[in-house]
Amino acid sequence: MTERVARLRQLSLDTRPTLSTERAELMTEFYRQAPAVPLPILRARSLRHLMERKAIYIGEGELIVGERGPRPKATPTYPELCCHTLDDFEILDTREKISFAVSDEARAAYRDKVIPFWHDRSIRHRMFEQLPQEWKDAYEAGVFTEFMEQRAPGHTVADDKIYRKGLAGLQADIDRQLASLDFLNDLEAYDKKQQLLGMRLAADAVIRFAERHAEQAERLAAVEADPTRRAELELIAATCRHVPRQPPRTFWEALQAYWFVHLGVITELNTWDSFCPGRLDQHLYPFYKREIEAGTLTRERARELLQCFWVKFNNQPAPPKVGVTAAESGTYTDFSNIGLGGMKADGSDGVNEVTYLLLEVIDEMRLLQPSSNIQLSKKNPERFLRKACEVIRKGWGQPSIFNADMVVAELVRQGKSVEDARCAGTSGCVEAGAFGKESYILTGYFNLPKVLEITLNDGLDPRTGKTIGLETGDPAAFTAFDQVLDAFARQLRHFIDVKIAGNQIIERLYAACMPAPFLSIITDDCIAKGRDYNNGGARYNTRYIMPVGPATTADSLSAIQYHVFDRKTVTMERLVKATRDNFAGAEPLRQLLVNKTPKYGNDDEYADRFVERLCGMLVRDIDGRRGPTGSTYHVNYLSTTCHVYFGSVCGATPDGRRAGAPVSDGISPAHGADRNGPTAVIRSAARMDHARSGGTLLNQKFTPSLLDGDDGIEQLAHLVRSYFKLDGHHIQFNVVTADTLRAAQKDPEKYRDLIVRVAGYSDYFCDLTKELQEEIIARTEQRQF
Amino acid sequence: MSTEAEGTRAAGRQVDEPGDPIGTILRIARFAIHDGPGIRTTVFLKGCPLRCAWCHSPESQRAAPEFMPQPDRCIRCGSCTAACPHGVLPAALADSAAPAGCTTCGACVEACPTGARELAGHPMTVDTLVALVERDRIFYDESGGGVTFSGGEPLLQPEFVLEAAASCRAEGIHVAVDTCGHVDPDALLAVAREADLFLFDLKTVDEAAHRRLTGVPNDLILSNLERLAAVHPRIIVRFPLIPGVNDDEANVRGIGALLASYRLTRVDVLPYHRAGLAKYHRLQQPYALEEIEPPSPSHLAGVVKRLAGFGLIVGPS
Repeated sequence: MTERVARLRQLSLDTRPTLSTERAELMTEFYRQAPAVPLPILRARSLRHLMERKAIYIGEGELIVGERGPRPKATPTYPELCCHTLDDFEILDTREKISFAVSDEARAAYRDKVIPFWHDRSIRHRMFEQLPQEWKDAYEAGVFTEFMEQRAPGHTVADDKIYRKGLAGLQADIDRQLASLDFLNDLEAYDKKQQLLGMRLAADAVIRFAERHAEQAERLAAVEADPTRRAELELIAATCRHVPRQPPRTFWEALQAYWFVHLGVITELNTWDSFCPGRLDQHLYPFYKREIEAGTLTRERARELLQCFWVKFNNQPAPPKVGVTAAESGTYTDFSNIGLGGMKADGSDGVNEVTYLLLEVIDEMRLLQPSSNIQLSKKNPERFLRKACEVIRKGWGQPSIFNADMVVAELVRQGKSVEDARCAGTSGCVEAGAFGKESYILTGYFNLPKVLEITLNDGLDPRTGKTIGLETGDPAAFTAFDQVLDAFARQLRHFIDVKIAGNQIIERLYAACMPAPFLSIITDDCIAKGRDYNNGGARYNTRYIMPVGPATTADSLSAIQYHVFDRKTVTMERLVKATRDNFAGAEPLRQLLVNKTPKYGNDDEYADRFVERLCGMLVRDIDGRRGPTGSTYHVNYLSTTCHVYFGSVCGATPDGRRAGAPVSDGISPAHGADRNGPTAVIRSAARMDHARSGGTLLNQKFTPSLLDGDDGIEQLAHLVRSYFKLDGHHIQFNVVTADTLRAAQKDPEKYRDLIVRVAGYSDYFCDLTKELQEEIIARTEQRQF
Repeated sequence: MSTEAEGTRAAGRQVDEPGDPIGTILRIARFAIHDGPGIRTTVFLKGCPLRCAWCHSPESQRAAPEFMPQPDRCIRCGSCTAACPHGVLPAALADSAAPAGCTTCGACVEACPTGARELAGHPMTVDTLVALVERDRIFYDESGGGVTFSGGEPLLQPEFVLEAAASCRAEGIHVAVDTCGHVDPDALLAVAREADLFLFDLKTVDEAAHRRLTGVPNDLILSNLERLAAVHPRIIVRFPLIPGVNDDEANVRGIGALLASYRLTRVDVLPYHRAGLAKYHRLQQPYALEEIEPPSPSHLAGVVKRLAGFGLIVGPS
């Protein structure tokens, strides 16, 4: 790593995140005098207002430029979506983990300007006015979460069009579309025209933002004493004059072009999972190859540029939430997740020289952001997987590994063309999507063990004391296991219905009130349809619901069948009472449930079939249902950190889990439940039908000793290939000892840089809450014997 | 990776098919990656003719099932006493071994909610075992792995191992046998016909030292190795390196010279480790080598170099 990169990286690591009110103040200023124009144009003008006025930052030694806030890690707020209170600011400033420094000026700006204007105008405010009581009851009980209550839809990834066309090329597409509007026969022509004009204007706003960087670089160059830096600043200026308006000509311009587009997306709205360049190796390869052959770029210079690009991602912490809901996802990560490898549109091997260069960059940078993954196809060379395994073995949680062939199968099943599916990949944590062509919105996590708890309490939520579910009968009266399963299935359907009914309101609310003209330009087919991204403009529109805790739920069902109905070791009445009492006075029973119950993750059909049945129910209740913008629902098994929150609101469960303890993550076995090693876990996990999901997440934790030597790498690679032969979607590895983690808990200063795989991402271990730290330590450590 | 009783049930079969040889299995480890090539399932059979002072698996030595309690898990619930059909288990004595009158029927193990009462060794038919081994076929196919019969000493149960190995091979699964060599030569040669690979343990060439360290002389072991070398093409000799016990230059040179004379080509040096210590405590057995530390990397490198001087390929790396 060059001295420049080392310094920029260190600066990024050392800078404490601050809360910036720049965007909120500019937005308030704009909206107070909002012109009476159609909504898409209003939103585009608000973006232009921001991009013309926000502070321009060009840091010392930077090659890639542009920040979302006025300086690195200065994180904006989005009051039109949700408006922070002064209490929120106090919490953010003082909390121990994931804090944001809030200045007195920022508090004053909010108190005097932002809050008075936005407190009853935000989307969140309007949303809660409109959502039905039964939705709110279930939400407060912790049956599900809602992604769009604080952040905008988004959750999409760039394809290659910005490199091919530039924003000017896309504006030309808009102009052609405008010229072809048929006002006589197309009754939506007027709406389309406003949408298209808004998109055109939004592109201008981002082009202007780039030009302002050029102007700033020229000013800096004029007073720069060091000739080397002066030349760099002149090059930065020339780059920012050219991209993102025109298609990039060089490797450097390509990176800078993407970065301006990235900033455009995440400044326009606070899109969930920020934004992501997707298949960066494939997008950059043509530039790399051309320049290497022409002798205008060296591999080392390409590496330095990529590393400067990496720092830029790390400078953008996820904007903080309002209220005290940070527990749902306590992290600075904003889930930009860059994928390598996979295949090309024609289905051939997508690995190239930039792929290997990027693996080296990932290995050297060791930053929280961006996250990284490999898309492993059966067509990819073994060298690619081995190189990735070597990085994985170092134990800081990146990259994770996806089955590219399976991602194609999942997307084709959802109705995508095979070419679009091959150019697709995964983003966020594990979510499959067609890059540049799909709006695949995560709508919220769904608490499966909670639904079982409510079932075992005949519709009552013991924690809130409210009857929020169906009264499916007193479980003590059930005489056969099928009655338990039927009651659970009815309860599940009920809460899925409540969730989706709420989603319909939210989806319409965004479609009607919060268009995203800039995101629309870069997502096919918003221009062709003349429709906004948030109103079904994308070629594909998917809504995911993410069930959490399948293993905890399956193990609990297994315990009921095994102990109550098969072995009759305990009555239903006693088991339910013991869970209500959190096993007080029933430790032998709890131990029996923990240790002597067939559990998922052991390659044991008895237990695994409950996961299979559960997944069948979820597909039946969710898959293929429709949303009001023409979207279609699918199931996605990721939990991020929500399994900790869901556990905290869920009482004791029949698998012996105590009240408040985390539920299982992703499709991983419950903590300590898997006792037959990784091959058994893999066979259990492969029993569910991954093809009928939009993603699954499997965590495996290894001690470094298990992966020693070339042989360790080889066996890890074989393990991955085997799982993918069995049609698994994703697997990721934590390679760290429990002792190391314990030491880090005791002496966090010494282990600040310890990164662990959390869920679909990695995080600094010391930034995690105590509960989450415990939970990661508790994940079964796979040891060799 | 222990499967223990869960594995038996997981295989979905009961031990009730008459005429099938029944083996006493200590443990079945899946994702074993150090017992031969690739990802393997290692089947540990119970019972061993040797009593090596450094044995890291003391529960494998006796042929019969035996209790291996984990007293720190016991919650004094009394379930084991209540479950004992012979009424011989005193109240709340998870940490007791088998009392007088105990038949090691396992009822107390079944009843114990915490796993404090564990039985080392359980009977299994060939069919049950092979079904379990076959579960990881996809991993063997991918990695060039297979099954390894180890112990204890697998060839103390020759009929069982022979049939299990033949069944695995008939299913296209690569078979390795890990033996101490102190076994019936006929059994060894019979199993050799069904094994793709032998892992043959050799501790010391010195007869007196061998007797002192393992409780038996080494003449049978050496003659068996010579016999096997004459008929089997794939033998890896495994040499456990115990500092102060068998790591002297004379022994290392002796082993090198012997293997060269048998025209063997590959020896793996396994450095001593102390992972088995806790098991001695659980079995309430004394451990003779409490004071010994694992060999230093430089010492290990010296031994490897010396063996390589005999033209041997020295592993495991």
